Amino acid sequence: MKVHESDARAIFRRHGLPVPESCLASTADEAAQAARAFGGLVVIKAQVLAGGRGKAGGVKLAGSPEEAGTAATRILALNIGGEPVRRLLVAPAVEIAREMYLGVLIDRTAQSLVMMASAEGGVDIEEVAATNPSAILRASVDPLAGLPDWQARELGFALGLTGSQVRQFVRVAQGLVEAFVDVDASLAEVNPLVVDAEGNLQAIDAKLNIDDNALARQPEIERLRDPHEESEAERRARAAGLSYIKLDGTIGCMVNGAGLAMATMDVIKHYGGEPANFLDVGGGAGVEKITTAFEIILEDPNVRAVLVNIFAGITRADDVAMGVVAARARLAQDVPLVVRVAGTREAEALTLLEEAGIGAERSMDSAAAQVVEAAR
Amino acid sequence: MSVLLDATTRLVVQGMTGSQGSFHTRLMREAGTQVVAGVTPGRGGVAVNGLEDIPVFNTVAEATQATDANAACIFVPAAFAADAILEDAAAGLSVIVCLTEGIPVLDMLRVMPRVRAAGAHLIGPNCPGVTTPADGVKVGVMPWAVHSPGPVGVVSRSGTLTYEVVQHLTDLGAGQTTTVGIGGDPIIGTRFIDVLSKFEADPQTDGVVLLGEIGGDDEERAATYIQERMTKPVTSFIAGKTAPPERRMGHAGAIVSGTSGSATAKESALRAAGVLVGETPEHAARLLVDRLR
Repeated sequence: MKVHESDARAIFRRHGLPVPESCLASTADEAAQAARAFGGLVVIKAQVLAGGRGKAGGVKLAGSPEEAGTAATRILALNIGGEPVRRLLVAPAVEIAREMYLGVLIDRTAQSLVMMASAEGGVDIEEVAATNPSAILRASVDPLAGLPDWQARELGFALGLTGSQVRQFVRVAQGLVEAFVDVDASLAEVNPLVVDAEGNLQAIDAKLNIDDNALARQPEIERLRDPHEESEAERRARAAGLSYIKLDGTIGCMVNGAGLAMATMDVIKHYGGEPANFLDVGGGAGVEKITTAFEIILEDPNVRAVLVNIFAGITRADDVAMGVVAARARLAQDVPLVVRVAGTREAEALTLLEEAGIGAERSMDSAAAQVVEAAR
Repeated sequence: MSVLLDATTRLVVQGMTGSQGSFHTRLMREAGTQVVAGVTPGRGGVAVNGLEDIPVFNTVAEATQATDANAACIFVPAAFAADAILEDAAAGLSVIVCLTEGIPVLDMLRVMPRVRAAGAHLIGPNCPGVTTPADGVKVGVMPWAVHSPGPVGVVSRSGTLTYEVVQHLTDLGAGQTTTVGIGGDPIIGTRFIDVLSKFEADPQTDGVVLLGEIGGDDEERAATYIQERMTKPVTSFIAGKTAPPERRMGHAGAIVSGTSGSATAKESALRAAGVLVGETPEHAARLLVDRLR
């Protein structure tokens, strides 16, 4: 789950990071008022979860309340990465002497946390990683022990910081690791971390992604979820325990298991079709879940045929078959349906389908070829 | 021969008193697995319907002492699964198969050093388990009927995709030495290279099907290993060519971020290492069978 910048700033502040004060605005008037209250130059930033905000014109400086109002009007009219701008963050602008990057993420290979730092901040860190990997400093971090002073100091000196800046950096780096662990993050980033005109460190941006698996024990973070982050269909799917992602094709897919669901999309494409969605019904799919899955798939007006591909292991094929039969009886009978079931309780499942007059394919390839034909 | 599990495997099932735990314990037994104990804290001594001859204990230590168990299978909910892994490692079990999906990543980062220190093999989490058809051993939830004994090793990040390929192998007359589902999470106990090295060393395994998916760089690392160390043929299918970037595709570990973790990058790394990459799962199975002829 992604957290908005304004919420991430508050969390980082709680962990001692030097985050400048700011406030939220959802209209041009509110933005102008905030600019008046802060006085002087302010920065106005679109609060969207999509990346590429700066390039899209979602960040502007304003020297007066009037300018702030004008800038706010422009930003509020934007649509960034498919996401309309609903809220703005207004903060006093910081005079920047230099920009750095600081982030904490999961190192899958080393099976630890890793802190990444770069003297090239303010830009897309992935681009730096691709074009100039030596510009990125890395430090492996034990999530149990946290970041020791020496390791943070080492990074600070390597970034070219001096004197009290290094001491400030140690606090920032340790605070970022603490915040990461505290909220079960999968990514915590300050980009840029700046040195201001007085030579002090300031965290002028904040990015925080949370490990979805940990949300059950992070109720306060769950409350920060932006209901607009997911579509209505995705929200309903999540509530039903389904994993659903809408795509642009015409063939609705209902599959159990993420790997097989991806492979099913790939095989549809291989036979010349385009998948309309990714949908993993997960383990233990019963009648209710299957019916909800059908509803969500059929609500997509692009869907011209549906492929159900179930290889039952922890799921029982007969449960799925009952769901398919029940959903078929209730929902859009005019959309061609191709069913493939195999695995645990396969024979019982085939009997159930046959009794309901639904033919079943034995192989995924033949089922995919057939559904592609049906969607033409 | 087989890797990880064999006829000497004596299994303790954590969460055997639950509905999934008991259902799949019955199926594991039908396959031939020696299930010697169940463990559910606070339910020691209860009899499980249809599994009355398998004693249930409160702790893994008790179960291990009483039954000489040497492997564990974990069916407990995500909130308690990391603790279950630690309990198995502390009890000295050599193989721990964790099926649970949804364990927070930080929990796994905390668990892994202790699993390594205990010298245990953790398979998973978020995996379907391990089967060794010739020995009649199945730990986990893979449908037994699709398996058959033979010379192919299978290693996979996905559950159902594994069944798919094992079914094709069996249909093509190519049985399996061992099938290992390593799991779809970003932090897992056993990775491709760990299993590939066992298949390379196993005299009964003649070739390997590797089933990967988007996210991380485990396939790329496997490619390097295959090129440098493996003499046996390997074929592969990588799921997720049509997956959009920056979206988590069901599995917590299946996400393309920026340029890293894409299916095409994995396929080209594997091809460069001499691996035949199939267009579909069935194709990957067929390619290996052709190589072994």
